[in-house]
Amino acid sequence: MTELLVGTKKGLFALTGEPGSPFEVSARAFAGEPVEFALRDPRSGRVLASVTSPFYGPKIWYSDDLAGDWQQAEGVALPGAGDAALERIWVLAAGAANGTVYAGGDPGVLFESRDGGARFELNRALWEHPSRAGWQPGAGGLCLHSIATWPGDPQRLAIAISAAGVWLTDDGGASWRRGNEGLVARYLPEDPPPEDEVALCVHQMQRVPARPERLFMQFHGGVYRSDDAGESWSDIAPGLPSDFGFPLALDPADPDAAYVIPLAADIDRVTPEGRVRVYETRDAGASWTPRGDGLPSEDAYLTVLREAFGRTGAGEELELYFGATSGALFGSGDAGASWFEVASHLPPVLSVTAGASR
Amino acid sequence: MALVRLRGPLKRLAGDEPEHELEGATVEELLRELERAHPATSGWILDERGILRRHINVFLNGELCEQGARVDAGDRVEVLPAISGGR
Repeated sequence: MTELLVGTKKGLFALTGEPGSPFEVSARAFAGEPVEFALRDPRSGRVLASVTSPFYGPKIWYSDDLAGDWQQAEGVALPGAGDAALERIWVLAAGAANGTVYAGGDPGVLFESRDGGARFELNRALWEHPSRAGWQPGAGGLCLHSIATWPGDPQRLAIAISAAGVWLTDDGGASWRRGNEGLVARYLPEDPPPEDEVALCVHQMQRVPARPERLFMQFHGGVYRSDDAGESWSDIAPGLPSDFGFPLALDPADPDAAYVIPLAADIDRVTPEGRVRVYETRDAGASWTPRGDGLPSEDAYLTVLREAFGRTGAGEELELYFGATSGALFGSGDAGASWFEVASHLPPVLSVTAGASR
Repeated sequence: MALVRLRGPLKRLAGDEPEHELEGATVEELLRELERAHPATSGWILDERGILRRHINVFLNGELCEQGARVDAGDRVEVLPAISGGR
């Protein structure tokens, strides 16, 4: 049995079921409030959710019982003496060290918890980085949306910020450096500004667990791969119908595998040609294969957001799930070979994470 | 002392009490005093900068007011979510 945690514009939905048939809504929480992201920490079973109340501001909540009471995490705020306020928590990620959980948010901030998500602390080195004044937000704000941990090494971390690019640390976040060589921002003049002022709009970035020096990235116009831990990037978009899109998924069993969901263009953020298709590579981006069996293929103009593509399992048993702003949720139980509709009428889907049901 | 009235989640965070007698010369001082008395309300009405959240309205004796509005003994302050925040 698989469990999906689906963050929507109107609350958190937990859905459970077996691949191939529609899932049932097994729990709902934070009814009416935007839930940006929800994660079940596989180590503890604890569920964490980032909720952005339009009235009361962004919070992180946690619960050891999805249908039970939720506790508000402490420390999820910026220093009080500054000019900025926390706008939103975009993503949560289990760290490599036991009990560590990361949270990334707007304005380009990283929080770390060492007690499983009960209390977070702001990463001061990133917050106080000298180049911060030159960082530019993307359309969704200055969002830190991707946190790529390094399996077995808590000191190494890669993060991505729209539109402040990729940042790397080898000392557990005590210091940060850029990792953007090879990225081409077509939305900037050919004579680009200095590196500290370049607005690099990463949309999603993930690390390959079995080969941690490899990462895949969906960029704002471009799909990229890095084989040197995010120091430099190569364009692997040729073969896709569009190099614009947001989400990305990997197969933990195959370091050469990645999945993207292209959208038509930055000025037309819907599935191209009215067809919903996931594109798969099994050769590290040298070629791409459309996977659309079971997905809408006519008059289907969906938008899939950056955190709305989740997966569980690996290899032939890789399960993939993505949701659209239309409220439709699709899944595959055979690594993308065929697809089924998981749910049809959810609120606009902001995020999807998947795991084994408990 | 002024009377601060809360509803919904704010009431729950403040010990499940809808009314609070608090000391303060301004609305902001009253809200700070509320945070001291009930730390769970911190960050919910005023953000980390101490600024009233965009979609929270505060009424002083029935009139919409700013956080710096002066408060006298016996005044009534109500903290409500604004309809502008509904989406």
